[in-house]
Amino acid sequence: MKFPIFLDNHSTTPMDPRVLEAMLPYFVEKFGNAASRNHAFGWEAEEAVETARKQIARLIKADPKEIVFTSGATESDNLALKGVLEMYKEKGNHIITSATEHRAVLDTTKSLEAKGLTTVTYLPVDKQGMVNPQDVRNAITDKTILISVMLANNEIGTVNPVQEIGKIAKEKGVLFHCDATQGVGKIPVDVQAMGIDLMSFSAHKIYGPKGVGALYVRKKNPRVRIAAQIDGGGHERGMRSGTLPVPLIVGFGKACEICEQEMAAESAHLSNMRDRLQAGIMAALEESYLNGHPTHRLPGNLNISFAYVEGESLLMGMKEIALSSGSACTSATLEPSYVLRALGVGTELAHSSIRFGLGRFNTEEEIDYTIKKVIEIVTKLREMSPLYEMAKEGVDLKSVQWAAH
Amino acid sequence: MAYSDKVVDHFNNPRNMGSFKKEEDGVGTGMVGAPECGDVMKLQIKVQNDTIVDAKFKTFGCGSAIASSSLATEWLKGKTLEEAQKIKNTDIVQELNLPPVKIHCSVLAEDAIKAALADYQKKAENK
Repeated sequence: MKFPIFLDNHSTTPMDPRVLEAMLPYFVEKFGNAASRNHAFGWEAEEAVETARKQIARLIKADPKEIVFTSGATESDNLALKGVLEMYKEKGNHIITSATEHRAVLDTTKSLEAKGLTTVTYLPVDKQGMVNPQDVRNAITDKTILISVMLANNEIGTVNPVQEIGKIAKEKGVLFHCDATQGVGKIPVDVQAMGIDLMSFSAHKIYGPKGVGALYVRKKNPRVRIAAQIDGGGHERGMRSGTLPVPLIVGFGKACEICEQEMAAESAHLSNMRDRLQAGIMAALEESYLNGHPTHRLPGNLNISFAYVEGESLLMGMKEIALSSGSACTSATLEPSYVLRALGVGTELAHSSIRFGLGRFNTEEEIDYTIKKVIEIVTKLREMSPLYEMAKEGVDLKSVQWAAH
Repeated sequence: MAYSDKVVDHFNNPRNMGSFKKEEDGVGTGMVGAPECGDVMKLQIKVQNDTIVDAKFKTFGCGSAIASSSLATEWLKGKTLEEAQKIKNTDIVQELNLPPVKIHCSVLAEDAIKAALADYQKKAENK
């Protein structure tokens, strides 16, 4: 086994060697600018970009012309929200989104709100992190121009009922943007069946390179228009200027192609390992709680809160395993994960959460090692925890008057 | 963020981890922090003739909080009550090389010391 073990595949993924291989010729040898129309270097680059566009479109059941390349999902989210708001301002200025969106969406809507450009409805989620489509329907007004709901959550892996939301959007004539960064390549995505009008995703979450992403922009039924946020040479049908990063795009395309071919097998394998991890940990440790939805979740995601121990200390005790926590001990505000809080998870349990993100290159051996290590460190830290001691003595922790600081 | 070697050492080999019986003679208990803030420290001292002869802690919190309380127990042992009052959070920050975001851990440790001393004094007066 190689250390450290990488179990943080929601933050990023290692590049698949097959992706790297596809990219390599496009750095030194085939370096052309895809916008150069008058010579072989340009044609070669353009051809590579168009091949990648097809590979990417195929994975999400779109037309290649509907793919707009960006620098990543954050830019795609920004472009979708700001681009739609600016383009459709005559029609209205109301946006509907959800409380557990990624900050690339939430910080964008907040900044637009602060500028007085929009009013935003933030829909709550249920205890398992799911948006209720009925809430979406009820929030729509005659000023609503956009619904933005994520496909799968980056912390808890809950998969939203996107298809139903898409149907409501169509029925009401409101555009639907979906931040699908965590879902594309992991679970089947079909922009037609799901009724998605705009969709953000990126390469580095699916074993491709960092620095490239895409915004899917529907071309018909309806034809979606967005105002460009970066001006320049009019690339990407005027929606996003800037010379295309050909090697990154080639890698993005290859990564999508691999996902499409291997998704069924990979997803079954990841679910198996995840279930094994979950069962191994939760059977051995009392008062460990699953966060998120028990079944409607990403195959590689597991999020557990361990009562009486703090998340950052858990991570510190497992240095040889790369993980992420909902604790916010390092943040200035001391506020733990807003996603877990939106689910109604108590602050103390939010501080105690660990996110396991399994990916293509994890092995069962690594999973078994992780189970052993988690049990060991949680047990050790509970021995050290005054809260655990009090709970064992029968003290109701909720009845204690804490001296908050 | 990287932890200092001293924080890692205290975290991996905590000193004086455990509990005294609260009712025991000469024991002062300080409990500070709150679960929803992500830190709770329990610090206990055992006093004989105005001198702290033993100290123990239990902490719910990040590695720096655990290290701060572990270090505090180490420093408390052998000190008189008067000397113990003078331990400052800045001493802990310096000794453990705590970064700015972790200063609250040292503040909490100082609060825990003060609370344990106050508890001991209160118990002594009520006797």
